Amino acid sequence: MTAALQVAGLRKSYGALEVLTGVDFEVERGSIFALLGSNGAGKTTVVRILSTLLRPDAGTAVVDGHDVTAHPAAVRESISLTGQFAAVDERLSGRENLELIARLRHQKDPRQIADALLERFSLTEAGGRKAATYSGGMRRRLDIAMSLIGDPKVVFLDEPTTGLDPQARVEVWDAVRELAANGTTVLLTTQYLEEAEQLADRIAILHRGRIIANGTLAELKTLLPAATVEYVEKQPTLEEVFFAIVGEDAPVTQEA
Amino acid sequence: MTTHALGDTAVLTRRSLTHILRSPDTIITTAIMPIAFLLLFVFVFGGAIDTGAGVGEGNYATYLLPGILLITVASGVAYTSYRLFLDLQGGIVERFQSMPIARSSVLWAHVLTSLVANLVSLVLVVGIALAIGFRSGAGVGAWLAVTGILVLFTLALTWLAVLAGLTAKSVDGASAFSYPLIFLPFLSSAFVPTESMPGPVRWFAENQPVTSIVNSIRALLEQRPVGAELWIALAWCTGILVVAAALAITVYRRRMR
Repeated sequence: MTAALQVAGLRKSYGALEVLTGVDFEVERGSIFALLGSNGAGKTTVVRILSTLLRPDAGTAVVDGHDVTAHPAAVRESISLTGQFAAVDERLSGRENLELIARLRHQKDPRQIADALLERFSLTEAGGRKAATYSGGMRRRLDIAMSLIGDPKVVFLDEPTTGLDPQARVEVWDAVRELAANGTTVLLTTQYLEEAEQLADRIAILHRGRIIANGTLAELKTLLPAATVEYVEKQPTLEEVFFAIVGEDAPVTQEA
Repeated sequence: MTTHALGDTAVLTRRSLTHILRSPDTIITTAIMPIAFLLLFVFVFGGAIDTGAGVGEGNYATYLLPGILLITVASGVAYTSYRLFLDLQGGIVERFQSMPIARSSVLWAHVLTSLVANLVSLVLVVGIALAIGFRSGAGVGAWLAVTGILVLFTLALTWLAVLAGLTAKSVDGASAFSYPLIFLPFLSSAFVPTESMPGPVRWFAENQPVTSIVNSIRALLEQRPVGAELWIALAWCTGILVVAAALAITVYRRRMR
């Protein structure tokens, strides 16, 4: 079976500013792929090209077997985009947002789809409230829930946890893990190293418009000089302190 | 995919009409300014204006109404560009664009919503005018013709509003385009006969779109023959509609790829 995403030689400039200078990577079906990079590295540009919002200057991008430039409509049937800022309709309730997307995706029973997703993302109680009243984490969860309608094969999450507090971030991470567990291919961009470490099967580092490293976490670690053994007294991280004080469990760290 | 164009437009129109129902103040604020002009001119200035029947004679509310209706639409479409601009800013349009829907349905939904919202405001303004003395013996045919002209005028200004919403850099910029449109009826036959104006002003007033539209609606409401001015009015509306829509669609396509 071919990869869910095949990107080769992707280039994009805005005037004299070269944002992407030749990006290559592939993403296996059903895996979580993290595109890691600092602000301005070109992460959002890659996502916009893959989701048919932007035309590349050169190179090819194939999503679920369809070329983004030649067959954008077919690509849109396969994907779902969750942009950098939660694109929910604030003046509609959570339920209405879900039903709106279900109708636009021509689903048979929008009401039932909304029920199921509200339940799955722990939004049932808030379902009747306007999205404007939601917290950052709830809004992101609603955003991701909206992306799942119609069972897209590939989901793009552009900086899904930027601006969220630690608790909300954990909620979003759980949602992303569940997605991949159900066989959806996930490409997420992030500037948080820890997020890539926590979630991704493979991590690519995008720097100044090109991929400078690409591999599993273990592979990336071998790029560093061999480990030397030191005795270090382990201090709790601020995050552990935060969760200890607010009385909730810290996220399960899944170190290999 | 285009087979869904109508259904998608209907779903998105329902969405933005829900927004309006949840903040009816947008329709009320749209109608407040034209209603204020109506009251001001009928009860303050009207008594000193000679519309041809002699100073203070004739039904000034009836004379004034066509111009007030055009001002209502001009101030109403400011919200059309405002709503479109907010959708573009919020990223929800990008979400729609990355989905398998007919892309043009996003714009059409805003156009239809604008039409419905403006028609509601127009009914509101006509209601107030009736309460303060506007009278017309016009039959169903004439009223249908008036409605038709107003729908065409609203569509023309709506596409201008869409163009403004698509190209605006800020929320204020998105609605500022409507100020000259609101002002245009003052330099027309809407408030006083153009014969009373000095040369260059009169020339401008008689050759700008508002005068022919106002005169046509006024003739229909006063049960007089409309004559050639109706065709000039329709030509203006259609011309603005076609040019603005073509520009807006081009800008929209370019912006999205």
